[in-house]
Amino acid sequence: MSDEIKSPLSPPPDGDPKPTADQTTVPGGVKATASGSVQSDPKSPAEKPASPPPSPVPAKPASTAPAAPAKPAAPAKPAAPTPTPWDSPLVAKLRSSYGSGIEPLTYAGQNYMVVDRSLIPEILQVLRNQEQFDYCVDITAVHYPKREKQFDVLWILYSYARNERIRVTTQIGDGESIPSSVPIWTGANWLEREVYDMFGIKFDGHPDMKRILLPDGWKGHPLRKDYGILQQDNEWVQINLGIESGQ
Amino acid sequence: MTDQNSSLSHLDLEAPEKPFLDANELVINMGPQHPATHGVLRVILRLDGEKVLGLECVIGYLHRGVEKIGEHRTYTMFNPYVDRMDYVAAVSNGLGYCETVEKLLNVEAPPRAQYVRVILTELNRIASHQLWLGTHALDIGAITPLFYTFRDREEILKIYEKYCGARLTTHAFRIGGLQYETYAGFEKDVKNFLDFFRPKIDEYEELLTTNRIWVERTKNVGNISAQDCIALGVTGPVLRASGVKWDLRKAQPYANYKNFDFDIPIGQNGDTYDRYLVRMGEMRQSVRILQQAVYAIPEGPIMAKVPKVMKPAVGEVYHSIEAPKGELGYFIVSDGSTQPYRLRVRPPSFVNLQALDVMCRGQLVADVIAVIGTLDIVLGEVDR
Repeated sequence: MSDEIKSPLSPPPDGDPKPTADQTTVPGGVKATASGSVQSDPKSPAEKPASPPPSPVPAKPASTAPAAPAKPAAPAKPAAPTPTPWDSPLVAKLRSSYGSGIEPLTYAGQNYMVVDRSLIPEILQVLRNQEQFDYCVDITAVHYPKREKQFDVLWILYSYARNERIRVTTQIGDGESIPSSVPIWTGANWLEREVYDMFGIKFDGHPDMKRILLPDGWKGHPLRKDYGILQQDNEWVQINLGIESGQ
Repeated sequence: MTDQNSSLSHLDLEAPEKPFLDANELVINMGPQHPATHGVLRVILRLDGEKVLGLECVIGYLHRGVEKIGEHRTYTMFNPYVDRMDYVAAVSNGLGYCETVEKLLNVEAPPRAQYVRVILTELNRIASHQLWLGTHALDIGAITPLFYTFRDREEILKIYEKYCGARLTTHAFRIGGLQYETYAGFEKDVKNFLDFFRPKIDEYEELLTTNRIWVERTKNVGNISAQDCIALGVTGPVLRASGVKWDLRKAQPYANYKNFDFDIPIGQNGDTYDRYLVRMGEMRQSVRILQQAVYAIPEGPIMAKVPKVMKPAVGEVYHSIEAPKGELGYFIVSDGSTQPYRLRVRPPSFVNLQALDVMCRGQLVADVIAVIGTLDIVLGEVDR
């Protein structure tokens, strides 16, 4: 995440110490902040020497890519930016225990990992309990109708202690469900309901899996690509609003 | 008359156990048309007498399908739509959106634009907090602050009107910089506003901070712990009032916030009173930032080099800013065309509103009103 700070603002060191000093006062709920937030700045320099030794050849450009070239390589970037492999102690740890089910990537200074659907509940649990990703920023989905596995479901996570943001992405097919993360983050409740409402993806074990923004009886899930922008549930509109059409 | 009395006494004496009305648990409906729900929010309350056992929010009355619209507009065309989400902090919405697309395009707004952006955004933070204070106090029963805050907010809106012609849905920024060069006298206007506004914060505080009614209605009302805030994903002043010193402007500085010296006000108890104090403190800090920014606006261009037809490379980006209400994030997936493939808005009000249930349990019905006010939600943003 330190990378994300770096890319828009070239000289980071002078601005960064602030959050470290501020975050120390966090109360009991978020422990390890004192040490964690200190990590946030020294971490990025520390990460670079730390990561290359365990990683073989292909990882080396990755470890230097997000941090260093933010300044010099900025003009070169627009040519063809592509996701590059993301390497960090966190990734190494996850990889050692879950193997090839995880594909960690970096794009535009932002780290994310594409995770196999079967590993999702476990990975999220590990990220929350062991890696201090205690804040679930957002859960959302993207529809790719032409793909066999039509949906990307993604979790945007943030760690107060590490001051780091990552995304976890998985692919599922139409009609497949996915385990709810409400037991991990209480706040996932409404976010998952919105994904269900907009995409029709069901979350197993969700305490109250129903629509949230659209009316309960509505047919269709508007953020699917096959749902037209002018489309609506005419029947619902006629019955409930007593008008021919909402348009 | 005598008959009624005797029947009443009969009830009281003969069958004291049998309740006149079986009201152990009462479900009542508040809203969606209710003056204190700040828009069209419907709350279903489960009550024991006057005590709230639990509640459920019903939202979506203002749903306009902003995310769907985003997929059918070009990046530039979608820009004005973001102003209509949190319409009392339109400038912040615009900043978040423009910065996200800039990240996707890998461009950066020039320094002059950055400064003007910070000035307009911080003015907007003050305006948003003023509107919150006025309406929140009005809900609780104090009418005066509304007139004070609206009187002073007008000065900010005048600056916006002079800058871009609009007062609320400003559409002040463009992807890559600013919509307009500042008008002659912009800096003077902002400086005048700061001199005018600094004593006004004390004026608000004089009205409320030690006011007995205010203190009784807000202290120990709607408490929420730091753990609960984090578990629920609550951000912004609500999180900070629970004692977590976290502000995206400091934690992951965007725009050029790292150039400015300011503090993060925090509270301890996470109650309505602390949230009030935190927001008052934030207004003071915004004044501090403005004071530094307005004397340091550099000369130079206001727009970075941005192609007329924007086609960001294939990829996805999440970027968030500290809006007046909390973390406002945009997640945009580009497929290399002129329109976003997917545009997700992570609105702070939507996530914060989830905490209403936790905060209201065990409180009185009248306190629900205070808690809705203190959450500072805008339904335009909750429903999108």
